[in-house]
Amino acid sequence: QEIHIKEPIEKEVNPRLLPGELLLCEASTVYKYIQEDGSNRGTYGKLICTNFKIAFLDDDCASDDNEPQFKNKIIGENDITLQCVDQIYGVYDEKKKILTGQLRKYPEKLIIYCKDLRVFHFCLRYTKEEEVKRIVSGIVHHSQTPKLLKRLFLFSYASAAPNNTGKYGRNQTVMFDTLEDWRGELERTKGNVKYKAVTTNEGYRVSEKLPLYFVVPICVSEESILKYEGRGIPVWCWSCHNGAALLKMSAFPKEQDDSTSQMQKAFLDGIYKTISKPPYELLKTDDLSSSLPSLQDIQTAYTRFKQLFLIDNSTDFWATDVKWFSLLESTNWLEIIRRVLKKAIEVAECLERQHTNVLLIEESATDLCCVISSLVQVMMDSYSRTKSGFQSLIQKEWVIGGHCFLDRCNHLHKSDKEEAPVFLLLLNCVWQLVQQYPPAFEFTETYLTVLSDSLYVPIFSTFFFNSQHQKDTNVSGESLKTESGPFRFLTVWDWSVQFDPKAQAFLNNPLYAEKPKPEKSQRKTARFKHQRQLSLPLTQTKSSTKRGFFREETDHLIKNLLGKRIGKFINSSDEPPNSFREFYDSWHRKPVDYHGLLLPCIDGPEIKVWAQRYLRWIPEAQLHGGGTIATAAKILDLMEEVQSLQVKMDEEHSQVI
Amino acid sequence: LFFAFANEEKFSENGWMVYNPMSEYRRQGLPNGRWRVTFINEHYGLCDTYPSLLVVPYNATDDDLKKVAAFRSRNRIPVLSWIHPETQAVIMRCSQPLVGMSGKRNKDDERYLDIIREANGQISKLTIYDARPNVNAVANKATGGGYEGEDAYPNAELFFLDIHNIHVMRESLKKLKDIVYPNVEESHWLSSLESTHWLEHIKLVLTGAIQVADKVSSGRSSVLVHCSDGWDRTAQLTSLAMLMLDSYYRTIEGFEVLVQKEWISFGHKFASRIGHGDKNHADADRSPIFLQFIDCVWQMSKQFPTAFEFNEQFLITILDHLYSCRFGTFLYNSESLREKEKVTEKTLSLWSLINSEKSKYTNPFYTKELNRALYPVASMRHLELWVSYYIRWNPRIRQQ
Repeated sequence: QEIHIKEPIEKEVNPRLLPGELLLCEASTVYKYIQEDGSNRGTYGKLICTNFKIAFLDDDCASDDNEPQFKNKIIGENDITLQCVDQIYGVYDEKKKILTGQLRKYPEKLIIYCKDLRVFHFCLRYTKEEEVKRIVSGIVHHSQTPKLLKRLFLFSYASAAPNNTGKYGRNQTVMFDTLEDWRGELERTKGNVKYKAVTTNEGYRVSEKLPLYFVVPICVSEESILKYEGRGIPVWCWSCHNGAALLKMSAFPKEQDDSTSQMQKAFLDGIYKTISKPPYELLKTDDLSSSLPSLQDIQTAYTRFKQLFLIDNSTDFWATDVKWFSLLESTNWLEIIRRVLKKAIEVAECLERQHTNVLLIEESATDLCCVISSLVQVMMDSYSRTKSGFQSLIQKEWVIGGHCFLDRCNHLHKSDKEEAPVFLLLLNCVWQLVQQYPPAFEFTETYLTVLSDSLYVPIFSTFFFNSQHQKDTNVSGESLKTESGPFRFLTVWDWSVQFDPKAQAFLNNPLYAEKPKPEKSQRKTARFKHQRQLSLPLTQTKSSTKRGFFREETDHLIKNLLGKRIGKFINSSDEPPNSFREFYDSWHRKPVDYHGLLLPCIDGPEIKVWAQRYLRWIPEAQLHGGGTIATAAKILDLMEEVQSLQVKMDEEHSQVI
Repeated sequence: LFFAFANEEKFSENGWMVYNPMSEYRRQGLPNGRWRVTFINEHYGLCDTYPSLLVVPYNATDDDLKKVAAFRSRNRIPVLSWIHPETQAVIMRCSQPLVGMSGKRNKDDERYLDIIREANGQISKLTIYDARPNVNAVANKATGGGYEGEDAYPNAELFFLDIHNIHVMRESLKKLKDIVYPNVEESHWLSSLESTHWLEHIKLVLTGAIQVADKVSSGRSSVLVHCSDGWDRTAQLTSLAMLMLDSYYRTIEGFEVLVQKEWISFGHKFASRIGHGDKNHADADRSPIFLQFIDCVWQMSKQFPTAFEFNEQFLITILDHLYSCRFGTFLYNSESLREKEKVTEKTLSLWSLINSEKSKYTNPFYTKELNRALYPVASMRHLELWVSYYIRWNPRIRQQ
């Protein structure tokens, strides 16, 4: 049920290797600085590089008596997976130089910056020259140079540990790799009246980018799906309680050829017409590539932002402290978070109050579409705020939805141009909601933090493929090779792989305001009440005026479609200009229903830095015995106490009987 | 006069009983062989802005104290605020020495500081923290003040803590108000916030208090804290250092004692700083020094959510009644004036309100920990604007 970790043969400095993990190179008497504060405090040990990780093995492991309360079973504090390495620097005569590719000279010091914001300083001055050469070039080669997909540790691990039968049941997280999963989701959201799950892409006949199964409006024909490899087809994400749906669509690339683009436009017109007819609601489209920052902007902002947390020494930390707020602002990262949250509120307003379908458009519909559609669901659907609900959402929109994790995380070091922290952007936005409304979430910020760390742990397939197709083809290829049964990858959602039960407790929010389960007979009234709290007074009702408005809107839409590109209609002139503000303000005037609609506060003071993720490894910023984790630990203690009292009471009770 | 004198509310608890200086010093294990209680100021004859009961070195006579008083601004002589239960190192507070332009010296003051240093058997130098920026301390010489020079006090080392004066703090808060009221600054929130310098001042106050606390605790050295008069920055530093070192002050009642002791009894000029009943809003004596202290406490409670028995509401309530005049607690500038106006007889204490409804002000996550020093991280990375106080009236800002 758990990972089999080979027992170290020699007790002291032998590395603990996972199944399929191979030691590639090592160097002894490496000095690791505890803190680069000029005091040169540190420990000697062995630096190793395997096909999975870089690890520092403390010579004096006996000192590791105080086991931390929260510990990862796979990745130790001195382990860096190859995918977690961000940048490697060498220090030559006090000068820092970035290390990539072939090296001519070997540095006396090695600095490794990690994607999870850890910083390691290794001194190689006392290491044998031969070993320095081997370890430095080994580390640089294995973590910084382009790699083939099949060389990811994922594959060696899965073939060496075929007993990972995926005991992790499907009952919790919906994986969305079967038709039933999609049907279940349609049923859950009552979207099945107007939308259907299709099998058109079986065998990836339509496109390798699309999932095997997905959902489209019932009126969309199989031919039209097949026509442009799924482009121009509204794909269903989610249905709101009032029937309005959130859809996404992969746009046509800009065509040089006029007749082609005319045909595509005509095709789109047809699609829009079909899905704008009753019973479908009004349709609003939003071209995210023009209404949100570009992936390039996001990547630039995050690169600057994370740099603020990769601190070399104490002097740097305090020198930048006074200007901290303006430094933060200059990265633009928090502003991007704010804009994304604002966009999600706009979409929620259309669905919730205006009763319109919203169609998100993006070239591939697998980046910003995923961010916005996930955020909207987290805000509007309390199921997405449970742990399994959130995991199912990530499966639906991101993993099966076809977000290119490999390219966006640049796991294979193929191209820097494709890199963009799109998934991290979502987690950062969700974190804002979690810290603003803790009782509304079944999971904690720690959950989000370890989830973000898991992006770089290549024993789970979850974040290591670009699409379902890519994963499927690789699995079937490998399965032929292995004889010991089906080839299976682990899913990150099986948290027991990384954490023992005690650590897992920190992932669950004990203060979660659980939804009271209504009795069957009461369900109807409860549902009604829920809706009332959820909905705002509708400005429009289904009347003839609406139909008129509707037609105008369609005309307008078509006009625009014939124009240069698809325009955005959210906040178009047809709406009162302040409808967003009004919606936002009126929601904030009411008490929060933790199971209803949840809108983030987006005023400046409310958008914060995710301190746990970004500050946790900086010694100067550590709150010993404090921080939000102190509260969590206290609550867990209290719960344990209550449980033991309960046990005692039960015992006494049974004795009395 | 003030509503507090007409207030006929009834509470089950009597807040005036919370602070008894004698029992607070006993709690600290005083008097002992090295420290004694003196009644020299019983009728406020020595210093009219100090409390009547003071703790001073056993080896200093009342006569010595009188001589020292002549050399300290407004006679605010060095007296004990807190003693470390293990190291026996102490936190002393006072006002600046009257050195002046000519660099006057006073043998009695010099000897008195040496007695303080020796009281815990300390061989190393006595540490003096002057809360002011160096230049301000120098400038004070022009008006007769100054600081302890190396020549005159060879057994002491002096550090400046760079905390600005009441005028700077007042202007900073004014700027802060401008960016949150009537509307919260929409764009460039962070740089606007930075330009108010409010959190930077908070950082400096906390940094100073950490140094004081660390010196007494890890450095095992007695410290002397002063600014100019020793009733603004000095009160902030001693009370925050005590809060870091002594977990008793992190309880509801302990905190009330701390405020009564370090702020109210030692003559923080509440009347002048707040301007109770005074219509001259531009008065240069006004300054949010106590608010700044409470903000520092809030920052600490935010960083250590389980270390304080009280919650945010407790701090907000204190601030609300700092201005309300519903209670006598924060009226007048000194204990002597309060005695003259019979405040304890004629008004109610804020602590009556709070202690009668303690559960409302209790932090459910409080974990009692004895003798644990609590050092906040005085970095902008962790300091935040106290939104639920400064922006609580804005409907768009979420309240916890």
